[in-house]
Amino acid sequence: MDGIHDMGGMQDWGSVKPPDPDERPFAEDWEKRAFALALLSMRVSGTNLDAFRHSMNRLEPLDYLADGYYGRWLRGAENLLTDSGIIAPGAVDARTRKQLGDDVVEPPEPEPHRPDYKPTAGGSLRPLDAEPRFSPGDAVRAKDIHPSGHTRLPQYVRGRTGTVRRVQPAAVLPDTHAHFEGENIQHVYSVDFASRDLWGPEAEEFVLNIDLYDSYLEPVA
Amino acid sequence: MSISERLPISMRTEALESILVERSLVDPKVMDAYIKMYESDVGPLNGAKVVAKAWVDPEFRERLLADGTAAVAELGFKGPQTEHLEVRENTGQVHNVVVCTLCSCYPWAVLGLPPSWYKDPAYRSRIVREPRAVLHEFGLELGADVEIRVADSVSECRYMILPQRPAGTEDLSEEELAALVTRDAMVGIATVAGPS
Repeated sequence: MDGIHDMGGMQDWGSVKPPDPDERPFAEDWEKRAFALALLSMRVSGTNLDAFRHSMNRLEPLDYLADGYYGRWLRGAENLLTDSGIIAPGAVDARTRKQLGDDVVEPPEPEPHRPDYKPTAGGSLRPLDAEPRFSPGDAVRAKDIHPSGHTRLPQYVRGRTGTVRRVQPAAVLPDTHAHFEGENIQHVYSVDFASRDLWGPEAEEFVLNIDLYDSYLEPVA
Repeated sequence: MSISERLPISMRTEALESILVERSLVDPKVMDAYIKMYESDVGPLNGAKVVAKAWVDPEFRERLLADGTAAVAELGFKGPQTEHLEVRENTGQVHNVVVCTLCSCYPWAVLGLPPSWYKDPAYRSRIVREPRAVLHEFGLELGADVEIRVADSVSECRYMILPQRPAGTEDLSEEELAALVTRDAMVGIATVAGPS
């Protein structure tokens, strides 16, 4: 989906944050809990990493941004748990208000309905016997598609032509895996794009390298 | 819901934890173990050891650049978010820098959890569009003849940079070299400074 998460090339975000060499993994205690809860929520909800990424991408922009990285992890986890019927819609709001002292009735525990999903192996990489469709040096075009569901094809490369640099290990396709519609194992290609083919003739000169799944690409004659 | 009406995220987090724990769906001890792992055991020191070893051991360096996943596993580094690791070398001619524009994918097993600047929208949006300007903001000036290569790590392949070994470090031990290597250099927004 074309959401707030797809940030490559957006403008007006201001200066980068100055690095702090002594930065710890978590700035605040709640971030630690949100991190661990989100990791465990994938198992509790019977889903997977791609579904988790999508659960964050489909947050409303304000929810995506307001509480930073681990804020969206927590809200993504809430989405997964609500979708699988582990918690009721509004359950976290109600419990929070109750803890704040409001007189609220919490929604009843729903009937779980986890997705019909079982991975064929751990992780996301899988062997694939089929020959890769493309080889290093091949010209390829990223498809100009706008799926309403999950995808890892950023908008800024869609419709642009690049060159295959190498073939990466095959992996489950996030677009179907996130929706429990099959692992759909595909070859993945490391593709180079010239910066001026992405951003126009005035752009800085550099190479943008990105890993794209087979079904995101089409051959260039 | 406007910002002013929002419930504090720390309270929401506590609320979700209490719901899941009271139904025994989540064990707080398991949560503690996950947190401890990334607070104490897995961090950029892992990557620094990899870089220092590559600087002193040419055969390891070759294996690292050919198959990063296998080479870092020799040092015991593997795990979530590092199923496939590719290590790219920065030289006087080529400067690599890594981002994930779609979330903040990062090679946890060698670098730990990502720092704030890496997760920030300004970095995610701009490094794929104006890397030289962004690197300048980080204080890194590259010669006009240096080729910049930006890796947007949106698949399950993860990237770590092998920075250049600074001059004047010929007499340092592997441990002393590892102490010089920074997280920022292993993502590609900085170079490694020599001993001060």
